[in-house]
Amino acid sequence: MSFPLLTVTAAVPAVGAILTAAVPAGRRTAAKWLALLVSLATLVLAGLVFARFEPGGDRYQLTESHAWIKDFGVRYELGVDGIGVALIGLTALLIPFVMLAGWHDADPLETSSKRWRPTQGFFALILMVEAMVILSFEATDVFLFYILFEAMLIPMYFLIGGFGDRAHSGSDENAAAQRSYAAVKFLLYNLVGGLIMLAAVIGLYTVAGNFSLTEIAEARANGTLEMATGTERWLFLGFFFAFAVKAPLWPLHTWLPNAMGEATAPVAVLITAIVDKVGTFAMLRFCLGLFPEASQWATPVIVVLALISIVYGALLAVGQRDIKRLIAYASISHFGFIVLGIFAMTSQGQSGATLYMVNHGISTAALMLVAGFLISRRGSRLIADYGGVQKVAPVLAGTFLIGGLATLSLPGLAPFVSEFLVLVGTFARYPAAGVVATTGIVLAALYVLVLYQRTMTGPVKEEVRSMPDLRPRELAVVAPLIAVLLFLGVFPKPLTDVVNPAVRHTMSDVGKTDPTPEVPVQNVEAAK
Amino acid sequence: MNPVNYLYLAALLFTIGAVGVLIRRNAIVVFMCVELMLNACNLAFVTFSRMHGNLDGQIIAFFTMVVAAAEVVVGLAIIVSVFRSRHSASVDDASLMKL
Amino acid sequence: MDNLIALLIAAPLLGAAVLLCGGRRLDKTGHWLGTLLAAVSFATAVALFADMLGKGADDRAMHQRLFSWIPVEGFQADIAFQLDQLSMTFVLLITGVGTLIHVYSIGYMEHDERRRRFFGYLNLFVAAMLLLVLADNYLLLYFGWEGVGLASYLLIGFWQHKPSAATAAKKAFLVNRVGDIGLSIAIMLMFTTFGTFAFGPVLASAENATEGKLTAIGLMLLLAACGKSAQVPLQSWLGDAMEGPTPVSALIHAATMVTAGVYLIVRSADIFNAAPDAQLVVTIVGAVTLLFGAIVGCAKDDIKKALAGSTMSQIGYMILAAGLGPVGYVFAIMHLVTHGFFKAGLFLGAGSVMHGMNDEVDMRKYGGLRKYMPVTFITFGLGYLAIIGFPGLSGFFSKDKIIEAAFAKGGTEGWILGAVTLLGAAVTAYYMTRVMLMTFFGEKRWQPDADGRPPHPHESPKSMLVPMILLAVGSVGGGAVFEFSGFTEWLEPVTGFDHGHAPISAAAVTAATVAVMVIGVGLAYLQYGRKPVPVVAPRGSLLTRAARRDLLQDDLNHAVFVTGGTHLTRSLVYVDHTLVDGVVNGTAASVGGLSGRLRKLQNGYVRSYAVSMLGGTAVLIAATLLMRAV
Repeated sequence: MSFPLLTVTAAVPAVGAILTAAVPAGRRTAAKWLALLVSLATLVLAGLVFARFEPGGDRYQLTESHAWIKDFGVRYELGVDGIGVALIGLTALLIPFVMLAGWHDADPLETSSKRWRPTQGFFALILMVEAMVILSFEATDVFLFYILFEAMLIPMYFLIGGFGDRAHSGSDENAAAQRSYAAVKFLLYNLVGGLIMLAAVIGLYTVAGNFSLTEIAEARANGTLEMATGTERWLFLGFFFAFAVKAPLWPLHTWLPNAMGEATAPVAVLITAIVDKVGTFAMLRFCLGLFPEASQWATPVIVVLALISIVYGALLAVGQRDIKRLIAYASISHFGFIVLGIFAMTSQGQSGATLYMVNHGISTAALMLVAGFLISRRGSRLIADYGGVQKVAPVLAGTFLIGGLATLSLPGLAPFVSEFLVLVGTFARYPAAGVVATTGIVLAALYVLVLYQRTMTGPVKEEVRSMPDLRPRELAVVAPLIAVLLFLGVFPKPLTDVVNPAVRHTMSDVGKTDPTPEVPVQNVEAAK
Repeated sequence: MNPVNYLYLAALLFTIGAVGVLIRRNAIVVFMCVELMLNACNLAFVTFSRMHGNLDGQIIAFFTMVVAAAEVVVGLAIIVSVFRSRHSASVDDASLMKL
Repeated sequence: MDNLIALLIAAPLLGAAVLLCGGRRLDKTGHWLGTLLAAVSFATAVALFADMLGKGADDRAMHQRLFSWIPVEGFQADIAFQLDQLSMTFVLLITGVGTLIHVYSIGYMEHDERRRRFFGYLNLFVAAMLLLVLADNYLLLYFGWEGVGLASYLLIGFWQHKPSAATAAKKAFLVNRVGDIGLSIAIMLMFTTFGTFAFGPVLASAENATEGKLTAIGLMLLLAACGKSAQVPLQSWLGDAMEGPTPVSALIHAATMVTAGVYLIVRSADIFNAAPDAQLVVTIVGAVTLLFGAIVGCAKDDIKKALAGSTMSQIGYMILAAGLGPVGYVFAIMHLVTHGFFKAGLFLGAGSVMHGMNDEVDMRKYGGLRKYMPVTFITFGLGYLAIIGFPGLSGFFSKDKIIEAAFAKGGTEGWILGAVTLLGAAVTAYYMTRVMLMTFFGEKRWQPDADGRPPHPHESPKSMLVPMILLAVGSVGGGAVFEFSGFTEWLEPVTGFDHGHAPISAAAVTAATVAVMVIGVGLAYLQYGRKPVPVVAPRGSLLTRAARRDLLQDDLNHAVFVTGGTHLTRSLVYVDHTLVDGVVNGTAASVGGLSGRLRKLQNGYVRSYAVSMLGGTAVLIAATLLMRAV
């Protein structure tokens, strides 16, 4: 038997989480370093996965399969395709920066109780989330995926509800109430989605007789597994609803601004950049893979919902007064693009959507973490409390601007590549939808530049006059992220190489081919 | 005598017992009403035994008596200990175990 | 030689990276580094130009392919460059004028503590602009297109502590983004129509596509051009963009970036040639803008805004010429280059005047400066003569050709466009004479600045004067060089050329051009030369007042987009909170309410439990009996 690389990649952070949680109360710094080292080790393992993955090889690679619950045909079955590899890479890449950015977020305010260990808990929970997210990207068994999909809510709930943003307006009790409202809302939304998905999972089992993604998809493809149209549609809707809550798609989005607003910036990054990606990833892998016909049946509605998300999220971002909520609404707009790309059912759209997941993760992390540094300095999330920061903290302002420019998809930064692919892919199939989505780029420029103008430019406000510039630790968080954004903006080839074959498989799953150009250029080389 | 009349009596006794349980506040009286209901059942069982000509009903009546005896022991113990701590045997005073 | 193309871009890009990341260590030397790298780029351009001249007319195009940018199924975008005669013209203009303006900025920005960063941004601009003109496909062009937009944003808002500058920068970027929608959609249309968006294949097979598709592509490209080149209806940002430092106005908002729209249309010549409807719209946009800009230029008292109006108007000429098809492409580019010289010169002159006048921009507070700034006066004067089309200077040649080409369009359109261009020439002469007279002639109307310091006009340092002199030389000689050295033959392999059928002779057009110029100058002299200029602007006619407010375009935008948009977002925030979230919170609240009511049943009274037990038993028994009975 070969080395179980995928299991190890997920197990290292899981074990690390337990070890971190066990560090005694007094050794806070040791716990932080332990967690950071574990996350770096995971990054190395993710790099190994990336290196071992052969783009030209089988669809699912590095597979592992063990019987788990025999009576129900549940198996512990892992395997990655290019999309999974890319997202595992994203997760493993971001977690160390999330930790580094949140280095002091969970320090206890006063050392009254010796047994009080919030720091250990914070870092252990982050590692736990990492382990579950990575494993969910690897799972090819529907039941295993479902369990992880639900289980990751638990650590997320505690991260949101237990470690709030210390910059809040109003009293501490008020802030605690809002935080717990946000955490409960997050949990309930996702639980309802998960419940409906559970029904669909059970339904799928009664129809197919097992939970293996690969077996079901294969049986469906060669016709041995017939599924009535109605059944398929209901099952599709059950899965899709859960993923649309997680993604989040309009009108199931309202938990995200609350959760991202109340959580600390690193946890907000964890939500939007990593955990939410499980939703869009699952749309690609499960919705399209298991229910190709139903996916096509639902496409018109989903495309419209995605368009509404894009425009609506952007418009609401423009109207926000709170920096973090603004970024949350911007994310809703971006998730609209991802869903649009997936359901455009073209190679460009789906490659774009996959790249978008990765790029949005990095760009939002950059923007949100810098916003977090800014907020922690002034102790306020309100845009109106800032002004002229550029003058006193130029590096902070510069990195904030780059994060913002990435969010508005400036060419040269990674998100442009993916956004343009999504637009082209959509336009090729649905020209009108492509045109509507394109207006999103103007609105993105509006909310980003208005945010930048109000916080960073203009006369220096009295309260920000003594604001320090980025510290070395903070620069160490932001600089690598910006470097990755620049690199992937100019040279996304390493990523597209692993994604392309996976997209080709998905396209053949749904049985769609790209629209052909009206006037194909006869001889491109000769014309050049 | 028509055994059905015993059934009427049993129903009457049962009703009296039930009404007593519902409207009386004194725990002891409520308790005695419960006994009344149990004995009404016993009467009905014995009557049925007579009417059907087998012993099943009489056996169940013995069971009921045993259970009733056990119940009296436990119930009286609870009532006594409640009375000791609260100086009241009213069932309405013991309404603390609600949400 | 082909591999040198990347160096053109790499040098200024390196400069931008080093200057922006280098920190304060480079404060002392940064400006020299930036200027040097711009000069390296210019030297490379000259070398490539010399190489190109040595080749035959048809194989002058050079290519360099670096790597595949976005390799996705069915979608091929390369980082690849193409340097042909059209690109070469632009490269020389960008690097040449760019280097001069770097030199000028050394003096102009001397007292600014953030000078290093300014040079970093300038280098970034040069790199992005070169990428724009060197790209060999539309997507890479889009990269450069947005890159210059970013540089423009950063430079307009360079003095960010001024809210007006920050707002102007944001506005410029946003309006440009509206134009960018056009470019994105055009690229998508090309992709769905041709399956590619590289210049070679698209332009070669353009005529095979349906006219409807080509018209759509053309109109979308025009929208993009309108945004970048400040053409009606997306012109509103250019006036505000004058908030940036003057070298920026000269380089970006006069000589190079704003002409990118013209480049885009001329580059896509094959598409427009096959889409006459799109071409017609292009000429209309050009004609409207050329009058619009000219009228605005007549009313502005801010010297830079007057020049900005003029820029808009001159680019209107170029767009109009580009819309004429093969008759006009060459002249559009020719006017673009001569305009690059004289307008950059004029802006640098304006900057020099401001430098000597405590950064005062109101021309009503100038006057009589020619004695105090002789060099500025002469160079500005030469630029002035060039732009009004004084015979023999560069503007004369290029503008005269455009007017001829407009008549040669033929038919009623030809006459209308010809008349508009002639009228524009008259107005140009009028407003430029006004600027000249108000600034350098007449009484001194100097006012102390906000701190109470009276201005002491003085000549600027050498580093500023040398670029001005060089640009003045270009303004004087550029047109003649182009006219007599075969610029038409040089560009013809790329853009094509056609003489058209002029309804009137070239000599008549030239005579008419000179005549309207004299009229314009004369009118301005009567109004501003003979009478003293009031320090406080007179109320003016309705048109003047409208023109001072950019012909109310801004007010319209404000009413429709800003106010409307604010209301829209406000109400959407409300809707999201009350409706979308309200449904969810409402569900939660009603579930909570229901459970609260259910909770009341658990009152703790034994008898109520007993009743429910009794009731339940009764119901059960009844149900059992009923089932039996049935």
